[in-house]
Amino acid sequence: MAKKQNIIDEAKEAIQKAAETVTETVKDVVEDEKTQKIVKQVKQTAEKVADKVQEIIDAPETKEAADALKDAAGKVADAVKAAVSGKSEKIITPKDAKIPEGPLAEKWTNYKAHQKLVNPANKRRLDIIVVGTGLAGASAAASLAEMGFNVLNFCIQDSPRRAHSIAAQGGINAAKNYQNDGDSVYRLFYDTIKGGDYRAREANVYRLAEVSNNIIDQCVAQGVPFARDYGGLLDNRSFGGAQVSRTFYAKGQTGQQLLLGAYSALSRQIGKGTVKMYSRYEMLDVVVIEGRARGIIARNLVTGRIERFFGHAVVIGTGGYGNTFFLSTNAMASNGSVAMQIYRKGAYFANPAYAQIHPTCIPVHGDFQSKLTLMSESLRNDGRIWVPKKLEDAKALQAGKLKGRDIPEEDRDYYLERRYPAFGNLVPRDVASRAAKERCDAGYGVNSTGLAVFLDFSDAIKRLGKDVVAAKYGNLFQMYEKIVDENPYEDPMMIFPAIHYTMGGIWVDYELQTSIKGLFCIGEANFSDHGANRLGASALMQGLADGYFVLPYTIQNYLSDQITVPRMSTDLKEFADAEKAVEAKISKLMGIQGKRSVDSIHRELGLVMWDFVGMGRTAEGLKTALVKIKEIKKEFWSNVYIPGTAEGLNVELEKALRLADFIEIGELMARDALNREESCGGHFREEYQTPEGEALRQDDKFSYVSCWKYQGEDQEPELIKEPLDYEFVQRQTRNYKA
Amino acid sequence: MEKTINIKVKVWRQAGPKAKGHFETFELNNISTDSSFLEMIDVLNEKLISERREPIAFDHDCREGICGMCSLYINGHPHGPDDEITTCQLHMRKFKDGETITIEPWRSAAFPVIKDLMVDRRAFDKIIQAGGFISVNTGGVPDANAIPIPKKNADLAMDAASCIGCGACVAACKNGSAMLFVSAKVSQLALLPQGQVEAARRAKAMVAKMDELGFGNCTNTGACAAECPKGVKLSNIARLNREYLCAKLKD
Ligand SMILES: Cc1cc2nc3c(=O)[nH]c(=O)nc-3n(C[C@H](O)[C@H](O)[C@H](O)COP(=O)(O)OP(=O)(O)OC[C@H]3O[C@@H](n4cnc5c(N)ncnc54)[C@H](O)[C@@H]3O)c2cc1C
Ligand code: SF4
Ligand code: FES
Repeated sequence: MAKKQNIIDEAKEAIQKAAETVTETVKDVVEDEKTQKIVKQVKQTAEKVADKVQEIIDAPETKEAADALKDAAGKVADAVKAAVSGKSEKIITPKDAKIPEGPLAEKWTNYKAHQKLVNPANKRRLDIIVVGTGLAGASAAASLAEMGFNVLNFCIQDSPRRAHSIAAQGGINAAKNYQNDGDSVYRLFYDTIKGGDYRAREANVYRLAEVSNNIIDQCVAQGVPFARDYGGLLDNRSFGGAQVSRTFYAKGQTGQQLLLGAYSALSRQIGKGTVKMYSRYEMLDVVVIEGRARGIIARNLVTGRIERFFGHAVVIGTGGYGNTFFLSTNAMASNGSVAMQIYRKGAYFANPAYAQIHPTCIPVHGDFQSKLTLMSESLRNDGRIWVPKKLEDAKALQAGKLKGRDIPEEDRDYYLERRYPAFGNLVPRDVASRAAKERCDAGYGVNSTGLAVFLDFSDAIKRLGKDVVAAKYGNLFQMYEKIVDENPYEDPMMIFPAIHYTMGGIWVDYELQTSIKGLFCIGEANFSDHGANRLGASALMQGLADGYFVLPYTIQNYLSDQITVPRMSTDLKEFADAEKAVEAKISKLMGIQGKRSVDSIHRELGLVMWDFVGMGRTAEGLKTALVKIKEIKKEFWSNVYIPGTAEGLNVELEKALRLADFIEIGELMARDALNREESCGGHFREEYQTPEGEALRQDDKFSYVSCWKYQGEDQEPELIKEPLDYEFVQRQTRNYKA
Repeated sequence: MEKTINIKVKVWRQAGPKAKGHFETFELNNISTDSSFLEMIDVLNEKLISERREPIAFDHDCREGICGMCSLYINGHPHGPDDEITTCQLHMRKFKDGETITIEPWRSAAFPVIKDLMVDRRAFDKIIQAGGFISVNTGGVPDANAIPIPKKNADLAMDAASCIGCGACVAACKNGSAMLFVSAKVSQLALLPQGQVEAARRAKAMVAKMDELGFGNCTNTGACAAECPKGVKLSNIARLNREYLCAKLKD
């Protein structure tokens, strides 16, 4: 008897719990109609079951009744959980992302046809702050000024021409089909979606492919000296992840020439007075007034003065955060600080874990090393990648007893050609990088550290002659020789993967607007077009697409109802508060007076990132990373030493401010990587791979953009999902074998 | 093969634009010959920081010879003793054990020192703003293949366009002239059909700006091209002179 009573009590408790779950979940659920309906249904079912249960309780107390009761209660709880799971989280819908209606190929045209514009007289009254002078920032600043807006443009370097974009080597993609090899806007779109391992937004990528052709026209009109063939027309080369030749290039200096093109357009506007240029300035915070971005706080790097700037809108084009790893192919001043500043003010940080590891970089050679040098992907057009077949040969190479050229043809393992016959040496970057790691992990590495593979041009030299190879890649060969002190015409190059690019970044909608009104984000700094892996020659395309052809349109849709907003005074409280916070942070840093240099702590962070958040990630490793990054954060904030004062030029202070943010980004990357229990593109979780070691996506669970929302210092950020529903392409497992 | 060397570095220190500068000498041991010149300065700066002294301020960013930010005058040569490379591409294997290396900033009236080895090169931006562009707005341009350009001209334009705006030519020139820099831009654009429309106006405007900003006159010493890290050729100066003369004759 007492036992039966127990069972009944237990069951009652279970029902109560189920009811609580309902109330609890209902509380958090998003206020959309569909969810409300589901929840209402669930509630009604729960009530009905509860009534039934009551009936049973009132009936004779038999064992069966009690069991049925328990069972029913359990089912209620499960049903509630199932119905509401996935719905209790916040979701970004295509409508939230402002994706236009209609067929893929018409979305952008429709958007432009219906968007609101600002008339010329009003443009003059509107101030736009553009932060960054890379391809994205410079092209946006120039185009907006040409249209008649009043632009304020900022960069860290002494001249806008020196932004990190200048270093891009290989080329820029466009769907011109000048080679008549079957290229089209759709094919470029498809390759980009597939290359990104089905983790990018269809509508954005299609638009990117559409405007790619305009970019080439624009650059040629500006005087960019792209490579040409003897008939005087433009030449192309091929890049990884594509079977057509759609890459336009200017020797091995494509980024330089494109940036100088944008810089010349920008200079023309500076000369006219429509752009006011602030070089050697570093943005330290965004100013948000009544929910809208209205300006920035920046430090004059020469005088050390903190200054306030107003803008009706703010555009961020500050590049990627690859330098979180300390050693990367990025320029020394590349940083993720602005992304973190606006993240802390409410902009979502999307897919922080997606970082690209480039397969062809010069290997690390000493602990004094300050950065890694990329050898352009274009080299894979003619270079063949290999390691020895025999372990003893690899050992001899590692000991310096053999040279690459000593190993006979039959003892070489051209592992990319072996594993991926269809794409061979031109597989996408993530695939090539992992394959190199796999061989080196197995002991076949070819330099003293065992962390390098060969990139060999001897076949190309035989086939084309040394002169042709020199004309194509001469400057890269020279660069290699200056660094490594070996002649790549005679001995194969040694290369190894390195951190290169970050696909993740600030979340933006179709208009490139962040989750803060009036705050836009363009270029590598945003998350938008490359999914989980970027194809070669597509970053330059995206930066210029955003800056020349997308943002100057979409920003007007926002500004059209800002024309009556007068220029605001920077004496407003919001400006003063933001400035005070920046000053407090700087004096806190200056006041630590500990024992360690900024670089020594940054190196430590870099090692943790490379070891645990690098090419192969595991749940356990990522958890270790989170613990270690916390320790590094503590060490930084208690033991860093910054010489000098905050007044005047102080390079160590600049680096310390950036490192403070790199530490936070590192944590966010690890957190995102831990959440994403699948492998896709550049994000490889060792637990999720095919028997052949290829990335294994989990489309049913992770076909979404992870958007992280800041919740306060040392609080776990909230995860908001933007589901990726593929309407126009069919998701497949990427296959570069056949 | 990797070796290590012991060196002395004699560095120009200057607290600010108006402060008086002086040389300071430091000893550095066990520098790997595989490290780059800037990595050697990193090592020196780490040492200074550990001794709670102020590190040496110098400009650098890409560290692969393309941004034009690094700008050190080493043992009497802009970008140091090696040919056709920038400071950041210079490696310590070019120096001998026991050597004293002298490091100074660019010295030119048009490039005032900001701090230590950092100078202000905004005068170069101003020259470009005066005319170093083709006047086209975004959008509304013809198809990229509408005008074929002879490969030879395209290649010559590319060679001229390789200029990284570092200012070594000015630092190398006893007159502090910016002719090589200006001629590289004028040539690049004059060699292309798109740029020819404005060629005369451009040459005049850029040269006038250069004169106004306090750069010296060109007396054809050729020191600029000899020190240019990107191999920008003197023939560009000849082309600029032609363009400039034509423009003046038209006036
Ligand atoms: C070695 C190398 C080779 C590459 N080759 C290719 C290639 O062949 N093809 C390709 O498509 N892509 C290539 N990429 C990638 C591509 O170059 C970049 O993704 C792209 O140039 C980024 O452009 P961006 O305008 O977004 O940012 P960036 O060029 O990084 O510019 C950032 C700008 O923001 C400014 N900034 C940053 N923080 C602040 C702040 N706090 N305050 C004020 N200003 C700030 C900087 O001063 C700078 O002006 C390469 C990258 C590397 C590293
Ligand atoms: S011409 Fe040569 S030396 Fe002069 S700025 Fe250009 S790259 Fe530097
Ligand atoms: S640091 Fe960029 S050219 Fe030397």
